[in-house]
Amino acid sequence: MSFVLYLINGISLGSVYAIIALGYTMVYGIAKMLNFAHGDVIMIGSYVSFITFSQMGVNPIVSVVMSMVVCTLLGVVIERVAYKPLRKATSPLAVLITAIGVSYFLQNAALLIFGANPVSFTSVVTLSPLKLAGGDLVISGTTIVTIVLCLIIMGCLMIFIKKTKAGQAMLAVSEDKDAAQLMGINVNATIALTFAIGSGLAAIAGVLLCSAYPTLTPYTGSMPGIKAFTAAVFGGIGSIPGALIGGILLGVIEILGRAYISSQLSDAIVFAVLIVVLLVKPSGILGKPMREKV
Amino acid sequence: MKKKVLSLMLIASMTAGLLAGCASSSSDSSSSDSASSDSAEAVDGEVFKIGGIGPVTGAAAIYGTAVRNAEQIAVDEINENGGINGYQVALQFEDDEHDAEKSVNAYNSLKDWGMQILAGTVTTTPCIAVADKTAEDGIFQITPSASSTDVIKNDNVFQVCFTDPNQGTASAQYIAEKGLGTKIAVIYDSSDVYSSGIYAKFKTEAEAQGLEIVSETAFTADSNTDFSVQLQSAKDAGADLLFLPFYYQQAAIVLKQANDMGYEPTFFGVDGMDGILTLENFDTSLAEGVMLLTPFAADATDDLTTAFVSKYTELYGETPNQFAADAYDAIYIIKAAAEAAGIDPTMSAADIGTALKEAMVSVTYDGLTGTGMKWEATGEVNKDPKGVVIQDGVYVSID
Repeated sequence: MSFVLYLINGISLGSVYAIIALGYTMVYGIAKMLNFAHGDVIMIGSYVSFITFSQMGVNPIVSVVMSMVVCTLLGVVIERVAYKPLRKATSPLAVLITAIGVSYFLQNAALLIFGANPVSFTSVVTLSPLKLAGGDLVISGTTIVTIVLCLIIMGCLMIFIKKTKAGQAMLAVSEDKDAAQLMGINVNATIALTFAIGSGLAAIAGVLLCSAYPTLTPYTGSMPGIKAFTAAVFGGIGSIPGALIGGILLGVIEILGRAYISSQLSDAIVFAVLIVVLLVKPSGILGKPMREKV
Repeated sequence: MKKKVLSLMLIASMTAGLLAGCASSSSDSSSSDSASSDSAEAVDGEVFKIGGIGPVTGAAAIYGTAVRNAEQIAVDEINENGGINGYQVALQFEDDEHDAEKSVNAYNSLKDWGMQILAGTVTTTPCIAVADKTAEDGIFQITPSASSTDVIKNDNVFQVCFTDPNQGTASAQYIAEKGLGTKIAVIYDSSDVYSSGIYAKFKTEAEAQGLEIVSETAFTADSNTDFSVQLQSAKDAGADLLFLPFYYQQAAIVLKQANDMGYEPTFFGVDGMDGILTLENFDTSLAEGVMLLTPFAADATDDLTTAFVSKYTELYGETPNQFAADAYDAIYIIKAAAEAAGIDPTMSAADIGTALKEAMVSVTYDGLTGTGMKWEATGEVNKDPKGVVIQDGVYVSID
């Protein structure tokens, strides 16, 4: 019975990783850059939701939407101010370092604005826990909502990419930026859209994360950000289904490792599995093999 | 092109000027901030310079802030009543963000200021680092709340709080004595000396007391947000008491997750649990019935406690926690030892250190955190712990 519970908790944690990993993987797929500030966008989103929902008492759904709006704007602004001017830089390291800089900037700005004391986040999910097997198996409302929401987001995103013009434009830009431009696709707008979607999803991930683990500080986003980045690499960076599989596997391995191997070594186990996967399949589980460009 | 280069250079030099201006003005303002406390310096020229170090920003800020506030209250009171041995006292408090390296930096800047006695640091890990420095310099150090035995390995450092082993041992004895639980589960932070130190002693003593430990699980600083596995393991083992020897930030999550999964054992914490009720937006009903061992209960009715609590509440707008009480005592213990040793501020910091060190073992002090407190030459304190339980969002004494 515990095993089932661990599995469900793992899937739930993995679903949060998956939603965050989407942001990393989409941005990498299209702009070929690692947006290390993504984890901190999550933290900002959580604070927006905390202020609107816990302090001002607005409706939880409205609060999540407001948080998404703020994060979307933030994502677009970060892209415009910090990354776009560097897109033509000769070294890809320039934009990588800038991303780390933005990450620190957001953390420290949050420290100044919200202070360093942790705050306790009220769960936006009011669904009562599901009791199965005579109370032995209790699944919290947050867990259920997280898993369901993750699947819905994945589904919507796949449809968006397959069926809409903007989605097709994203695919085209990820395949070949220059050719896409020649075909009349506005590359800058497409990249901005990618950041907008990724950051909007980060807001949802932040709210779900803090609903499950309610202590919120300016550093809340950094560790889940790193784990989600790992999940994206695990599943094959650039691949959307890969982010889902990578995220959920990572969550399940983490929780099961903690339960059955060692509660202290769970992170070491996660990264050991990552190394093994990358040794066997260097591009990740669903990653496309790299083609040599001539 | 030339114009462009010239204008760029101009801009650069102007921004540099601006930034330089910022830096100097901000450092000015910060030093005048901290200088507000040494107004006593004007009197007579010679004052005792007591330094304090602790986290007033960062994740452990709640402890450092409490210590800073309470030390200030104690110093102001002493100055009003004629000082120590007739000399006024100046206090300067530096932030260390609960980081060992920053704490040593803070110590160095206090030394530059002329500190003679250190009333700090607040948290354990930084304190171990600073304790080595004070030992080198021979400066007397008394820590209100750093509880590891590593803190007092040098003979110039004394503690106001219990050592970790004492907390672990006292908790196990208390649980056995009061019959609070028979099957016990422990969750501890294996990456933190405070938490693992208490856990080790608790385990030994619990076995000696005939308590059954049915589940022991750990977490680390990198995985301190999800406790579902640890809680499930405790629940599966049928534990009726969950011992939580770690800080309140994580304890808040443990309480929430236990509530989510419908697990309701008795929760028993140590002094790191203190602060949970002041966590912003925390649902205090989750902490209902949580017990903790603390040497200080703000609801106690003795004159010293009521006077301190009302003064602290009036000045800082919140009920003082145990750290504040420890810090208040620390300053008065320095006073007691200084009077026993008959020191004066013209002596060097090292001489003051030697004199205070020798006087400490003969001092008996009645304070907020215990009566008849005495010290071993090792720096360890002898006093009795008090148990409190959280009821309707406030601490209530169990005894």
